[in-house]
Amino acid sequence: MSSAHAGLPFWRRYIFSTDHKVIGIQYILTAVFMALVAVGLSVLIRMQMTWPVRLWPIMEQLLPTAYEGGALKPEFYLTMVTMHGTIMVFFVISLALVSGVGNFIIPLQVGARDMAYPFLNMLSYWTIVPACLIMLASFFVEGGAAAGGWTSYPPLSALPGALPGSGLGQTLWILGMALFIVSFTMGSLNFATTILNLRTKGMSLMRMPLTVWTLLVSSVLGILAFPPLTAAAIMLLLDRHGGTSFFLPEGLVVGGNVLAYEGGTPLLFQHLFWFLGHPEVYVLVLPALGIAFDVVATFGRRPVFGYRTTVWALIVAAVLSMIVWGHHMFTSGMNPYLGEYFSIVTVLITLPFAVIGVNLIASLWRADLRLTTAMLFAIGIISAVGTGGLGGLWLGTAASDIYFHSSVFVVGHFHFMIGVVTSFGIFAAIYYWFPKTFGRHMNETLGKIHFWLTISSVFPAFIGMHYLGLGGALRRVYDPTYYEYVRPLQEMNVWITFLLFISIAGQLVFFVNLFRSLFWGTKADANPWEGATLEWTTPSPAPHLNWNEPPTVYGGPYQYRVNGVGGYVPQHTPPEEVECWVGPHEG
Amino acid sequence: MIARTRTFETTALALFFFGVTTLTVWGFAMPDWLPPAASRHAEGVDGLIRYLLVTTGAIFVIGHAVLIYFILKFEGSEDSTAIQTNPKTERLWSILPVLTMALVSEVGVLFLGLPVWDEIYGEVSEDVLVVDVAARQFEWIVRYPGEDGEFGRTDPTQIDGQSNPTGIDNADPRGSDDIVERNILRLPVNRPVQLRLRSHDVLHSFSVAAFRVKQDIVPGMVGSTTFVPTQLGEFEMGCAELCGLAHYRMGGRVIVMSPDDYETWLSEQGGDA
Repeated sequence: MSSAHAGLPFWRRYIFSTDHKVIGIQYILTAVFMALVAVGLSVLIRMQMTWPVRLWPIMEQLLPTAYEGGALKPEFYLTMVTMHGTIMVFFVISLALVSGVGNFIIPLQVGARDMAYPFLNMLSYWTIVPACLIMLASFFVEGGAAAGGWTSYPPLSALPGALPGSGLGQTLWILGMALFIVSFTMGSLNFATTILNLRTKGMSLMRMPLTVWTLLVSSVLGILAFPPLTAAAIMLLLDRHGGTSFFLPEGLVVGGNVLAYEGGTPLLFQHLFWFLGHPEVYVLVLPALGIAFDVVATFGRRPVFGYRTTVWALIVAAVLSMIVWGHHMFTSGMNPYLGEYFSIVTVLITLPFAVIGVNLIASLWRADLRLTTAMLFAIGIISAVGTGGLGGLWLGTAASDIYFHSSVFVVGHFHFMIGVVTSFGIFAAIYYWFPKTFGRHMNETLGKIHFWLTISSVFPAFIGMHYLGLGGALRRVYDPTYYEYVRPLQEMNVWITFLLFISIAGQLVFFVNLFRSLFWGTKADANPWEGATLEWTTPSPAPHLNWNEPPTVYGGPYQYRVNGVGGYVPQHTPPEEVECWVGPHEG
Repeated sequence: MIARTRTFETTALALFFFGVTTLTVWGFAMPDWLPPAASRHAEGVDGLIRYLLVTTGAIFVIGHAVLIYFILKFEGSEDSTAIQTNPKTERLWSILPVLTMALVSEVGVLFLGLPVWDEIYGEVSEDVLVVDVAARQFEWIVRYPGEDGEFGRTDPTQIDGQSNPTGIDNADPRGSDDIVERNILRLPVNRPVQLRLRSHDVLHSFSVAAFRVKQDIVPGMVGSTTFVPTQLGEFEMGCAELCGLAHYRMGGRVIVMSPDDYETWLSEQGGDA
């Protein structure tokens, strides 16, 4: 660490830090902690899906309120699916992939000494900490944590009498989400400003690494899409505690009492929720694809195929993502003409994604592949985004969605997209940039064990969920054997659980590797992977404020084997220093 | 410092993708996952699903075949020749996926999907049978108009779990002959049915997998869904929108009867179709 940083007291350096790298690490560690909770919940969910009527005396000892008499209570099952989804989407994937990786890598890749607003950056992180604590605390209040699904549709989420989790737990859920949105909006603003205004000399937009491009698109989407959910959260809060009726019509009868609401509609909440909810998926998925491009280029030793078409595809996908939210509501009872509109535009999203997919695969063409752990995860992303994306077409087509809506098919689909693609993005990023972060390498052998345990289990498990959905199994169902027509498929649930337990074993290997490598990893050079982008021009670990004078950029981010020899040309290499210079492939 | 890859790892990766692709295609294609179709528009839905299976399946297989080939072919190839990507080639290679996906996706939505959508939400035929289905935590209240062929008004204040579960207004004479059943929906075969869907409390969703029917029930709104049962027998209906702690067992039976049996049943209840 440089002298400027070393002069600061410990708590300013590592706790209330304004250094983008420290904040990035804080975000990732927070996400790792929240992931432990969310994975823990998924274990209990899978136990219930596999053995729905079994009694668990051990669990009664551990969680007496959830397993009264040894049997899991249905309301606690709903709490678990709600909180698993909420925590994973907002407090693990968003934090690690966007806030964490984004914070760490944006200034380093665009050639900035820090974020545009370092104090705001610190504030974003310290807003997310109470949000996490509130979410965790909600498990311990009366009635338990929120249980109305991660979508928290009213009236269920608005009426404490309708569901045990809709008491204080739901209020805390709303507060936690509101704080999350505040934090994420500040973060997005910081990202977009930094990328647009703090690029170093010569770093034109079309010379930015694709990770930065995807984070820019994500940030803009975040800024545009999150505020409506804030509004929805406040209105829900008012419906619950202020006597308003934004989402509640007249004539509701709960527990034998006619409630005194009138004039609202639950559909309004659904629109507001998905106006955020759909772009949020792209906020998460796009950075994973950007990371895949960066990693594939470095370990394929060739320029990314179709840099420009990829950038345009990202922008088109982002624009489309803002106008397709209604495909989550095909069966909601909205006007059928509107439903048909949403279907027509939704399936158009496959067009830009097909371009991105083809470009990712074509980036392997005539490559010199080096299958490091980061590269393996990046290749995994290519396969997963294709698999999950094609399944999306089944759901985006309104007439087939009538059958798949609310089924386990949807669960399989989104676990591919915002489960596998995004977590592989996080893993690829961590294995790739760990040397830059800590000056040490992660252990490759453990990394590969992690990769193989993960990919060989999650792929078949989530494809298995597609089969269950095809068989008509509904999601958020406490006892998957209740309906006779899906009972013959129960064996599939056993397989899925078995596979997911293997994948959890894989994540344990990752944890061991992560903490072991922090202290005992082999020392890393400044540029261990022979990368051509700017972050590799700093020492490892990157010092406080990155560079005294950020380097000037003369070429594109992926100048590998562009000048007729096997080497590569870092972005900051002036043209006169390059033999047989043929010019940047983009500029 | 770059660790060179051993070839067996490359082979393993290629084999893995080959295995996953084969298993996925086999899994989708071989067993018949879909419950037997029992309504008229179900044929259309299943046709659409088969179309999507074949087209997206083909793209899935081709994509993975290329991925596997590239992994095997270019692993550690140390090809020292320059790679210059020609922007024109790149643009050309984005036209192919764009056209393919435009064709595959919009043929599905517009040519195969739209007619099915129209069957569900389009004009209702004259001889349609209208049945009122009210959902409440956690049961289905099914109501048929009595001899007068008209439903009585409902009033939430008159709901009584035992004697008047759907809250038929005593002041409305049309309601006095309404026939009310719980968790059993009886329908005549091959006659269009329109369900009037209402909820007493929270969101529910009326769903019958065998009919390929799913329609959310929004409190404060009267929703509707239309279908034609084509098979005699019993089918399971269920709730497909999270509605509370017993959501998972908010099921019921749909009994599809011959028109004669249906008439007989109805007259036994004191009604007339």
